[in-house]
Amino acid sequence: MELVKPEFGLVFWMTVSFLIVVFILRKFAWGPILSSLKDRETSIEDALNAAKKAKEEVANMKAENEQLLKQARNERDMMLKEARETKDAIVNEARAKAQTEADRMISSAREAIQNEKMAAITELKNQVATLSIEIAEKVIRQQLASDDKQKALVNDLLKDVKLN
Amino acid sequence: MKISKLVIISIISFLTISFRTPSFAGEHEIVSVSETQENAAAHAEGKERLNAGKLIMEHIADSHDWHLWGHTAIPLPVIVYNGERGLTVFSSARFEHGHKAYQGYRLNEKGKIEAVNEMTDMDAHHATMNEALTAGSYDISITKNVVSIFITIAILLFVFISVARAYTNKRKGLAPTGLQNAIEPIIVFMRDDVIKASIGPKYEKYVPYLLTLFFFIWINNLLGLIPVFPGGANVTGNISVALVLAVLTFIITTVSGNKNYWQHIFAMPGVPKGVLVLLTPIEILGMFLRPFVLMIRLFANIAAGHIIALSFFCLIFIFGQESLYGTGGGLGVSPLSLVFTVFMAMLELLVAFLQAYVFTLLSSVYIGAAVEEHHHDNHH
Repeated sequence: MELVKPEFGLVFWMTVSFLIVVFILRKFAWGPILSSLKDRETSIEDALNAAKKAKEEVANMKAENEQLLKQARNERDMMLKEARETKDAIVNEARAKAQTEADRMISSAREAIQNEKMAAITELKNQVATLSIEIAEKVIRQQLASDDKQKALVNDLLKDVKLN
Repeated sequence: MKISKLVIISIISFLTISFRTPSFAGEHEIVSVSETQENAAAHAEGKERLNAGKLIMEHIADSHDWHLWGHTAIPLPVIVYNGERGLTVFSSARFEHGHKAYQGYRLNEKGKIEAVNEMTDMDAHHATMNEALTAGSYDISITKNVVSIFITIAILLFVFISVARAYTNKRKGLAPTGLQNAIEPIIVFMRDDVIKASIGPKYEKYVPYLLTLFFFIWINNLLGLIPVFPGGANVTGNISVALVLAVLTFIITTVSGNKNYWQHIFAMPGVPKGVLVLLTPIEILGMFLRPFVLMIRLFANIAAGHIIALSFFCLIFIFGQESLYGTGGGLGVSPLSLVFTVFMAMLELLVAFLQAYVFTLLSSVYIGAAVEEHHHDNHH
């Protein structure tokens, strides 16, 4: 069986040339090819990861924006509420102040009126007294115009006086 | 996952061995039968007849010249080393197709070089063979197969170095184009789905060898399918070439073998001592059997492909012989023969890839088994 008998020459050339080709290809072909493929794969992976990260970032930013918007809205609502409260407080305070002022003015007016009234009454009393005295004087002067009448009065007065 | 992969591999092995080899053997039988018939017929008629068996065997065997057509052949260098005579180099044209002895050597009827006693340029049939010198001669001639190997290597170097340049030149980092685009998927497929999948995390060290192995076998198989120069040589279907490749795989496997690998061969963990007596010899045998089968599978498949393709062609001339049906017979058979040959060529195109793939896959699996770390003790 010539067919299945290895030949020295062919084995020799095959071994030598195949080993040389393995080493040459390893250095000049497989090395660069495989390292480039690896580089490309890592760069694709990196790009995909970066894209994923960017997507996440965008999503985060969107969420953040929404958060910010919500916060702003809340703040606006709060400010409005605060303003309303302040307004109410101011109005109420003003009202209260006005009330007290009015009360105070009314009471002082009342006091003044009272005082005036009292003064008027006192003056009236004094004038009434003066007028009464004048009237009484005039009356007395007329009654005591005659001597008889004077004597009767004196007698009358004396009658009242009790001698102790 | 590991189990299913092994199952697939064994199925492939089974198919490639048990299906293909009988076809080779059967073909060989047919050839031998026709050979004896031819010889008998030739004897009876006393004239030279077509000997299909001889023709096919000559075609698939190695030779010292590259036959082109008719009587035209490229003579190849003969290089013989002998301890006594030293290195002898001359063109194989000096043999004049075996009719002449030159510088103490001649071609025998099998096309092999043998040493003769006479050192002068003379008729080969008158020279006397020197048995001792023939046994001590090392024929390292650049034969047809060696030239074919060199052609393959030239193609390999040209293709892959230019592809490699495409990765490092100004197109670096850009999308692949042209040849690079054609080769890259194959490289990536081999790296990811064959080498990495079979060897595991330590695969990188073995990628250069396995990729070279794959492309070398594949290109050689394809060149073998081309019937004219520079193709047609039966390189991967030659046992010497298959032997070298299988031995390289065996050496790499054995050198890479870790403690776990040797332990599985000499003392399979979890197996009782009594069974080990039986199992260890089988495992040791298996260690050598695996590359042996690798060699036989590649050799037998490719050689069988060449034999079948040639047989279909020979059918035309067998039927065309005067003693059978004459020229009409040859013409009648030729369409059928052509259909068969085209079909076989298609099949061989697949086989060319498949055998390169299987050889590389199995080499990877063997290396993978050698470098695998111990982690599956519950499987035993």
